[in-house]
Amino acid sequence: MTLREQLREKISAAFYRHGLLCASYPVPIILFTSASILTCCYPLLRLPLPGTGPVEFTTGVRDYSVPSHEPQGDLGERPDWYRGLPVAYIQQVLVKAAVSPWDSSLVPVDVFRSPLGRVFNLVEEIRNHVHQDSSGVRSLETLCLQVSDLFPGLRRMQSVLPEHGCLLVSPGNYWQNQRELFDSDPDLLKTIQKHEPKGLHTSATLRDLLFGVPGKYSGVSHYNRKRVVTYTITVVLYRYDASFLGSLRSRLKQLYPSANCSLRDDHMVHVHFKEEIGIPELIPLVTTYIILFAYIYFSTRKIDMVKSKWGLALAAVVTVLSSLLMSVGLCTLFGLTPTLNGGEIFPYLVVVIGLENVLVLTKSVVSTPVDLEVKLRIAQGLSNESWSIMKNMATELCIILIGYFTLVPAIQEFCLFAVVGLVSDFFLQMFFFTTVLSIDIRRMELADLNRRLPAEAGLPPPKPGPLRPREVPPPPRPSPHTITLQTPAFRNLRLPKRLRVVYFLARTRLAQRIIMIGTVIWIGILVYTDPAGLRTYLAAQVSEQSPLGDPGGGGLPPHFGVAPVFHGRDPTSTLRVVHPAPQPTPLPENQSQGHHGAARAGPLPHSPPAIPQITWGAEDEEGWRRLSFRHWPSLFSYYNITLAKRYISILPVIPVTLHLSPQEAIETRHPQDTRHPPPPIPKVSADLQTDLTLYKVAALGLAAGVLLVLLLFCLYRVLCPRNYGQNGVAHGRRRRGDLPCDDYGYSPPVSEISPLLLRGHSMDIECLASDGMLLASCCLAGQIRVWDAQTGDCLTAETEHGDGLSEDEGYPLRRRTAPSRPTLFTDQPDLTPLIDTNFTLQPPSHLSTPPRGGFDFGGALSVWAMELRGNLIAAGRSSGKLELWDAVEGSLRCSNEEGVSGITALAFLNNRIVAARLNGSLDFFTVEINKPLALLQHRGTPGRGSMPPSPCYSSEDVISCQLTRSVQCAHQKPITVLRAAAGRVVTGSQDHTVRVYRLEDSCCLFTLQGHSGGITSIYIDQTMVLASGGQDGAICLWDVLTGSRVSHVYGHRGDVTSLVCTTSCVISSGLDDLICIWDRSTGIKLYSIQQEVGCGASLGVISESLLVTGGQGCVSFWDLNFGDLLQTVYLGQSGDGQGVRQLLVLDNAAIVCDFGSELSLVYVPSVLEKLD
Amino acid sequence: MSLTLTAMSDSTASSGQQQWAGSGPMPQPPRGPYISVITNRTTNLLIRGVLLFSVGVFLALVLNLLQVQRNVTLFPPDVISSIFSSAWWVAPCCGTASAMIGLLYPCIDRRLGEPHKFKREWSSVMRCVAVFVGINHASAKVDFANNVQLSLTLAALSIGLWWTFDRSRSGFGLGVSIALLATLATQLLVYNGVFQYTSPDFLYIRSWLPCIFFAGVITMGNIGRQLALYEYKFTQEKTHQD
Repeated sequence: MTLREQLREKISAAFYRHGLLCASYPVPIILFTSASILTCCYPLLRLPLPGTGPVEFTTGVRDYSVPSHEPQGDLGERPDWYRGLPVAYIQQVLVKAAVSPWDSSLVPVDVFRSPLGRVFNLVEEIRNHVHQDSSGVRSLETLCLQVSDLFPGLRRMQSVLPEHGCLLVSPGNYWQNQRELFDSDPDLLKTIQKHEPKGLHTSATLRDLLFGVPGKYSGVSHYNRKRVVTYTITVVLYRYDASFLGSLRSRLKQLYPSANCSLRDDHMVHVHFKEEIGIPELIPLVTTYIILFAYIYFSTRKIDMVKSKWGLALAAVVTVLSSLLMSVGLCTLFGLTPTLNGGEIFPYLVVVIGLENVLVLTKSVVSTPVDLEVKLRIAQGLSNESWSIMKNMATELCIILIGYFTLVPAIQEFCLFAVVGLVSDFFLQMFFFTTVLSIDIRRMELADLNRRLPAEAGLPPPKPGPLRPREVPPPPRPSPHTITLQTPAFRNLRLPKRLRVVYFLARTRLAQRIIMIGTVIWIGILVYTDPAGLRTYLAAQVSEQSPLGDPGGGGLPPHFGVAPVFHGRDPTSTLRVVHPAPQPTPLPENQSQGHHGAARAGPLPHSPPAIPQITWGAEDEEGWRRLSFRHWPSLFSYYNITLAKRYISILPVIPVTLHLSPQEAIETRHPQDTRHPPPPIPKVSADLQTDLTLYKVAALGLAAGVLLVLLLFCLYRVLCPRNYGQNGVAHGRRRRGDLPCDDYGYSPPVSEISPLLLRGHSMDIECLASDGMLLASCCLAGQIRVWDAQTGDCLTAETEHGDGLSEDEGYPLRRRTAPSRPTLFTDQPDLTPLIDTNFTLQPPSHLSTPPRGGFDFGGALSVWAMELRGNLIAAGRSSGKLELWDAVEGSLRCSNEEGVSGITALAFLNNRIVAARLNGSLDFFTVEINKPLALLQHRGTPGRGSMPPSPCYSSEDVISCQLTRSVQCAHQKPITVLRAAAGRVVTGSQDHTVRVYRLEDSCCLFTLQGHSGGITSIYIDQTMVLASGGQDGAICLWDVLTGSRVSHVYGHRGDVTSLVCTTSCVISSGLDDLICIWDRSTGIKLYSIQQEVGCGASLGVISESLLVTGGQGCVSFWDLNFGDLLQTVYLGQSGDGQGVRQLLVLDNAAIVCDFGSELSLVYVPSVLEKLD
Repeated sequence: MSLTLTAMSDSTASSGQQQWAGSGPMPQPPRGPYISVITNRTTNLLIRGVLLFSVGVFLALVLNLLQVQRNVTLFPPDVISSIFSSAWWVAPCCGTASAMIGLLYPCIDRRLGEPHKFKREWSSVMRCVAVFVGINHASAKVDFANNVQLSLTLAALSIGLWWTFDRSRSGFGLGVSIALLATLATQLLVYNGVFQYTSPDFLYIRSWLPCIFFAGVITMGNIGRQLALYEYKFTQEKTHQD
């Protein structure tokens, strides 16, 4: 044995043990695996969330110096992006202005007109600020970020955004920083709204950019109850000059002191922006993901033969994904931080790790023998594939190791992740997936078992039917049958159109796809309408061929949102305006004067801070946090400056408080302000309106959803009636009215199908035989009656014994019958006429009495088997005697008593009679007819003329019956069933075997073994199909020509009591009151019908699609294609205690069944039409 | 990819309908129109060609985007300035080439009499395509120390691709020869100034180009063989039935 084989064996053994372990303790192992996954993923919590959100770093202002380019090791928590110059320094001047005291003569416009008007002074002030010290003279012009043209796609913003100069934005930009334009503007809000984008938008709007605060905090609206206006003047600096900024700060503070302002001004925040994913980068990414999904789809599609395909596919995907997460987590744990773009390498990692092993495992396990125990199946499956799994894994590890030695950092990192991922994937496959698979296989076996043995719960509770009073007609039974359709997609199961539509929808997943497409379109529209998104990018691409233009984003939703400034309350609520102010009167002139002079004249006396009107809170310190996180990138992207992978430094804000007098507000009014008071209709403020758009859309969406649901519900109600299923709406054939059926399985009107009751027998009917024209029945009393099958007339009645001609009806019945079946002997009154007539001359005979010499009517005289062919009745008696009676004349023509054991079954085919006896022997008789007149008259064939060619006899013929062959030990145990067709005789016995004999030479062709119980029913027909059912509940289909077993299914719990075949299916009924319909070629169960308890086991097939079953005092008709109960015919008004035990289908589409001591003849008119 | 596939299958279905309508009664009425079209040799060839062409065009567009984005290739705007796109001809060229390759592979398999049996599944094909895109990705995005290293790595990856998904000698030979031919063609194109590489290190082109071509040939061959499998299956069934 080579080393390789040894290794192989060892691996296989290890896998086998492992499989046993996994299948034995599924729950602990799954718990353990989940725990280990969670543990390994725990380090992932420390990683930053993937996304394009900016990250921050705060330093002090005082000791700020521009960080060097070289990385320095010992700087503690300084992030690695904090190197070199920032793109820009942002200095915001936060202005809060209010008109105080508020006067009732003021109109709402005054709230913001004069405060906004002050912005021009402030901007002027900032622009003209000059700082001079020892190192020279510095003004804003020398420090600020000089911008050139706007980005080419943004021509419409040219009027409001600065070009060719300092990047300084303020609300004044709306009016080109010209006071005159502002003053002459009749409607300020309209000017502001003019530049807002239509529809929903996700990135920073122009209004946010210019105001520097989010729209709803600015207070520029007609309905500003706080009456405080907030805006910022944003100065973007190229260089940081502490002294200049300090002087600017002190200057502004001096001019516009904020009395109670305690904003901290010693922190500088550096914000680093990540690389944004643009459209060109997105397309390859999306492509790889599409390929990845196609791969996963094609892989998981191969999972088959399991209980839950989706469950296993999910488990497979979970296995791969969590192995990836585990690998990242483990790598992080050991200090290796992922630097690669996770989203980009993820698909490749999945592809490298692959789903193959999982599929191989599944395939291997499901291909193990089904009859093994689950544990063993799992173990075998694992060990079968162990070698290939190990080999593949070793190969992959080798390839990855080679990749590791390329010494390229990116590839090394990828390989490291892949190695750890592979190992953890192997771990998960072995523990997680195998266990899930074992659970699934177990579930499938349970389901199989359930299918084989229907659960107790599936049975309807036993109804107290037999206890009903006799005289009352049977009350309507509300749908006593449950039908379980199993495989709806069967070809011979014609489906209603409604279901077909539903299946079509389900198969094509139409609704799902439409929703997906709709979502994609919606997202596309969002992206397209994004002002900084695709459209500008496309415009830029068209106008200039620069491929590196930063598009400013691909329409990502702002998941960074508003930063943690919300402390559970509205931030504006701290801006309290106290009005009326306590001491308002002396201030206004002073203040306005001071302001007017301030621009040129330096520090002037200003308003005393005695009355605080505008408060400053901690949230104003970093007001920019409330802005969209795309605020700064979009501002810079307008000038074609990208912030991706770079950072900006935001300097502490300079607070400015403005108090304006009502007088000043009135002075700055535009004449139209008072003339056109704000229309009362828009009750909500403008910014609230933009806010409301969202709610409106949400409400609309909700309403549309509700409407859709209602509509679908209505449609459903219209299309589907309340009761569908087994008793559904009439389909085409039934609508024509030939087989009416009510919806609830009630007994139909009596006029529709009325059974013809054939009375005459005194006791329960034991045997029933028919050849189409005639009907022979035999009761327990031994009386044989012959009826006309068409009319139901009783033709003859002959008693059982011997020489019949002279001793017709000669013997009393009571004594013969009473000992044999005492329990059934209940109908005492019915016997009286018989006793009266028959009690005349009677030699006392007992059951055990040996037959007297010369006479053959001895001991056990009851007829156990009877057959009718032509006009000959073959009757097998319990004594072993075979008799041939003339059916028309009622005379015994011949008898043979060579056998001793009772005849349990008879078959009469052509001129041969086969008799099966209680001792297991099989006798073949030949009937010979000697015609003295050589006159052979044929009876007219009834019905369709398809009567079996049976010889006909006239009364003159001499008929002899000879035993041609006797097979003594045909079976070890009593023969229970005997059937003959197509030149074959098939016997089933309690010794679990089925034997096939040839009729001509009585030679045994096959002994069929396969049942694990006695044979209870056999079906064979002209097409040489043989089906057998046994006490084990199994049904076997055999090929009679070769003797091979075609299929073997378990359908019943307990005996199979009856078997019938049509050309396409096999129908079986069992002791468990279940009727199963099987596909004949594949052996797959189509559906089953649960009957009520105690229903008869008799079955008959009238046509290809019409099944008839016997029940408690009734017969039921079923549509075989649908499994629908068509009709239940009650045989008698009172008879519900008697089950129909025998059921014969005649050629003229009538059925005959026994019903206690009566025979019932039921015509099925529709089938007659069909047959004609 | 799957979108294209569905679109393509749609187109095949519709073309199948046309074919069915045009060619009158088929010799085997019980078969559906789709199947009879599949079994029809020339139509099948046409369908496969169209499928491969569109796959090739799609991959070319995506991968070219990857390269252009990284400034690996530069297309001067004035080469064919009348056309709105600077590189309109790349995608059709790649599509045609991939169609040819995808048809050539099963054909050669049949000629050699050894039908390819290794990993004939769509999931494997998808994996192959993903690895191919990954190789392109690596060539465009990963920063290597020098070009030799990059080329060697990509060569190893390509050989690995062949070993993992193909493993047939004919596939290898065809791949190498087509890769060499394509490299030569690219050299000629660049020499004539149709386009250029930013940093050529192998005459006028990048040295990793043959590896990419090789991997692409293997991938397209894989797809082509998988597509041809359908025809093979159906014809087999047909012969069985006959």
